[in-house]
Amino acid sequence: MALNFRPPPLPVPNRRDLIALPLIIALFFIVAHAGREMAVPFHLGQTLDISLSPAVLPEYGLYTVLRMLAALAVSFVFTLGYAWLAAHNRYAERILIPALDVLQSVPILGYLSITVTGFMALFPGSLAGVQLAVIFAVFTSQAWNMTFSLYQSLKTVPRDLQEAATLYRLNAWQRFWKVELPFAMPGLLWNTMMSMSGGWFFVVASEAITVSNQTVMVPGIGSYIATAIAQKDLPAIGWAIVAMIVIILLYDTLLFRPIVAWADKFKFEMTAAGDAPRSAVLDFLRRTRVLRLLAVIPSLLWQASVRLTPRVPLRAAAPASRRRWADGVFYAIVAVFAVWALARLLQVLPRDFGWPMVGHVILLGLITGFKVFVLVALSALVWVPVGVWIGLRPRWAQKVQPLAQFLAAFPANLLFPLFVVAIVHWHLNVDVWTAPLMILGSMWYILFSVVGAASAIPTDMREAAQNLGLRGWLLWKRLYLPGIFPGFVTGAITASGGAWNASIVAEVVSWGDKTLVATGLGAYISQTTAQGKTAQIALGVGVMSLLVILTNRLFWHRLYDLAQRRVRLD
Amino acid sequence: MAAIQQPAPANAAAAPRVEIFRTEHLRKSFRTPDGAELLVLDDVNMHLLEGEILVLLGRSGSGKSTLLRMLAGLVPKSGGVALHRGQPINGPVPGLAMVFQSFALLPWLTVLQNVELGLEALKVPPAERRARAIAAIDLIGLDGFESAYPRELSGGMRQRVGFARALVINPDVLLMDEPFSALDVLTAETMRTDLLDLWTERKIPTRGILLVSHNIEEAVLMADRIIILGSNPGRIINEMRIHLPHPRNRESQEFRDLVEVIYGAMTARPGGRDAARRQVPGIGLRLPSLSVNALAGLLEELDALEKNTANTRISLPELAEDMRFSVDDLFPLIEGAELLGFAQVEDGDIMLLPAGRTFVDGSLQERKQIFARHLLDRVPLVARIRSVLDERFNHRAPDSRFLTELEDHLSEDEARRVLDTAIDWGRYAEIYAYDDNAEVFSLDNPQAEA
Repeated sequence: MALNFRPPPLPVPNRRDLIALPLIIALFFIVAHAGREMAVPFHLGQTLDISLSPAVLPEYGLYTVLRMLAALAVSFVFTLGYAWLAAHNRYAERILIPALDVLQSVPILGYLSITVTGFMALFPGSLAGVQLAVIFAVFTSQAWNMTFSLYQSLKTVPRDLQEAATLYRLNAWQRFWKVELPFAMPGLLWNTMMSMSGGWFFVVASEAITVSNQTVMVPGIGSYIATAIAQKDLPAIGWAIVAMIVIILLYDTLLFRPIVAWADKFKFEMTAAGDAPRSAVLDFLRRTRVLRLLAVIPSLLWQASVRLTPRVPLRAAAPASRRRWADGVFYAIVAVFAVWALARLLQVLPRDFGWPMVGHVILLGLITGFKVFVLVALSALVWVPVGVWIGLRPRWAQKVQPLAQFLAAFPANLLFPLFVVAIVHWHLNVDVWTAPLMILGSMWYILFSVVGAASAIPTDMREAAQNLGLRGWLLWKRLYLPGIFPGFVTGAITASGGAWNASIVAEVVSWGDKTLVATGLGAYISQTTAQGKTAQIALGVGVMSLLVILTNRLFWHRLYDLAQRRVRLD
Repeated sequence: MAAIQQPAPANAAAAPRVEIFRTEHLRKSFRTPDGAELLVLDDVNMHLLEGEILVLLGRSGSGKSTLLRMLAGLVPKSGGVALHRGQPINGPVPGLAMVFQSFALLPWLTVLQNVELGLEALKVPPAERRARAIAAIDLIGLDGFESAYPRELSGGMRQRVGFARALVINPDVLLMDEPFSALDVLTAETMRTDLLDLWTERKIPTRGILLVSHNIEEAVLMADRIIILGSNPGRIINEMRIHLPHPRNRESQEFRDLVEVIYGAMTARPGGRDAARRQVPGIGLRLPSLSVNALAGLLEELDALEKNTANTRISLPELAEDMRFSVDDLFPLIEGAELLGFAQVEDGDIMLLPAGRTFVDGSLQERKQIFARHLLDRVPLVARIRSVLDERFNHRAPDSRFLTELEDHLSEDEARRVLDTAIDWGRYAEIYAYDDNAEVFSLDNPQAEA
């Protein structure tokens, strides 16, 4: 029997509408205003007036948030296109996926160093170029793992869903929006959230950079901090930290939590899971009446798009023989191109700088790599026991998990000045004491993953261990350490990647006119960027990418595979 | 209630046997996040004697696994006395070995390393450790798999590792938490027989076995004594001895009779103070998690059996066998059918009531109508939701309004579960509509005649 729902009468606004509507309208005005402000006239060499009054922080915070949002939007569009292409075209896949692997190994601030002058040239006489460079840097911190996630989900859409889509003759457009994207949604959202937390670090770092001996700033929390550092204004740094905490919490409550709660319906499980994510904001919006009408817009757009896209033609797959022939051509072209690129590189390299210099940069890279490794090991030593202790106590884990997530999102570079003041004050060794700054922001991922893994150890296993009388080191060796190993590896990979990235801002730090420079590749990239030596920047960034790829391939991925193999039960 | 407690045999009384476990007025309660106390086990008085297999039989939610864990010292008690060989139990008791439903093997250790684990904890020297582990592996029929990882083994083989790991420490008592219920029927039967062989032929030094189960036939097959636990909160509702000699024949008349008797005991309406509680089904009535389709399936099955056998009373074991259901699956169905007044259970037999027959014979629309009528009459929660919606001028109410009311009577999880059942039933009966996204009840689809 069909359920005869009556056509909905025109809704009367309820209390919630009266609160929500003005807020939404105000939001439009704020965004429009900020958009105008972001493209004010600007010429290289001109110094932007950054006020250190706490009163300007809400406005600066707004600019920073808008940059994040813009980068997020770009990342999303990029992800959809890139991942779809890689998942649906086998030739594209063979180029795009290895390329993505390389792209995600390039240090984020390296992108900024390389591209900022280009972006500024695009919009002469306007701040828009710098704005775009910052947005691009944040984009590069988010897009790659979102794309990977979507690509992997698209490749693993269950067979029966695919067959149903084929059977009902959905065209590629319908298939993407109705089957593939919803299926990929939970993974994509999770990765977006992880990207966002990394993004705060980079938006802060890139709002004030030195290019070709000129300090380029755009108004935001990052430039506020930079100015405070230049003017040795400790209270202002405190205000910036407070502002950042508020911003991240608001961002989470107003944007991410509602989205996660909304996206819960995409979970590919037929059984209702116990704890669905909740969001008070989303519930509020859902219970408005007039505002809910806005939800009609996407469905209208959707219907229009379906009418515009063609129906599926009935056709068979290309025969295998033609495919083989096409494969040959494809590989030949790729090989020729690769050889040409390599030859060019070998030609160009010695022209701009001699081999000894390359050797020097590689040595610097190894020093930074060593620091990263030691730092990850040290944080593991601290956070693994703490994480296990917390993970085994559900009540604690519930409280600590969001806190660790918040700490990972909090841009650690806001805290750098505090360390620098201490180092300068006590005349500490610069090489040793700036090193912790590299891991300050990303070690929380280790805590976060270990807590998650420890709380996922099955109760039965813990009871079995208890029943058998396992205690002390034996208990750790046999149960806890192997149990959290996969989680730890995941966290450590993220932490180590974060430390590499952070080295560019952490190895050169300043307070007023005092600048501390540690030995390492990060400092090299940072300094060559400041001097505007394009070729050297490229060399530094290239070497760093290479080292990151190598450590990932040779060390982390093997560890990850080992973890997957050994700990898996079925 | 029919008393089915049989007197202990005289010869057993002659030589008083040593008690391994004893509990007196044992209680267990958990604290819910909002601070309310939730009683899961109440006033449990039981004992385990040397040389016997005791089966704790109960449905899910009867706290039987919790009781087992309290005896093992894995879970602290909330009140009463629990003794192991006269000593109070506080913390893991040495000499007890436990076998888990999920096997609980460590996936990163080989079979041999898993089996050695308990000996390692006892600081047995490596050479002896290895020799004893290999002996246990041989005993349980796993030779050749010493270096395999658990993931390479089938479920049955994994549980054999679980048994080897438990037996290698020569446990005083073997505690088993539904060890066979994750296995397929044939494997489970083989393992039961193997275990009984080890036990009856005294190949293992274990002095007592305590088995937790929800499978009545398994209990009758293995037990010397069965304790039946009731639910909400868990408490002992019956106890009986099984005198059949081993090996027992499932097809024999005595066996079948015993199974039937136990079915009756498990579905009997508890007397005394519980009966009083049942008679006032308030808003906090625990609705069984049950889909309307499953209920309809049960009623249709009853109708068919009735027509085939020309007998209005159908025994529960027969019904379970006919529907290929385990007890755990069958009981919520029966409970739902009784609650809604579609069927009635008496002495282990179930019969269709007139309303149930009307339901079976009705069209889809008629089914919905009779279901709606019974729902509003017999389930106070559904009636409450409907009346609140009727009173409100916009005919909408958030589910949190009813959830908080339910939480006065039930734990948080249980309240959610009961409300979900009410949502499902009410939707089918078209008594109200529910928007899962907004979590709001409404009368947007007021089709049902209330």
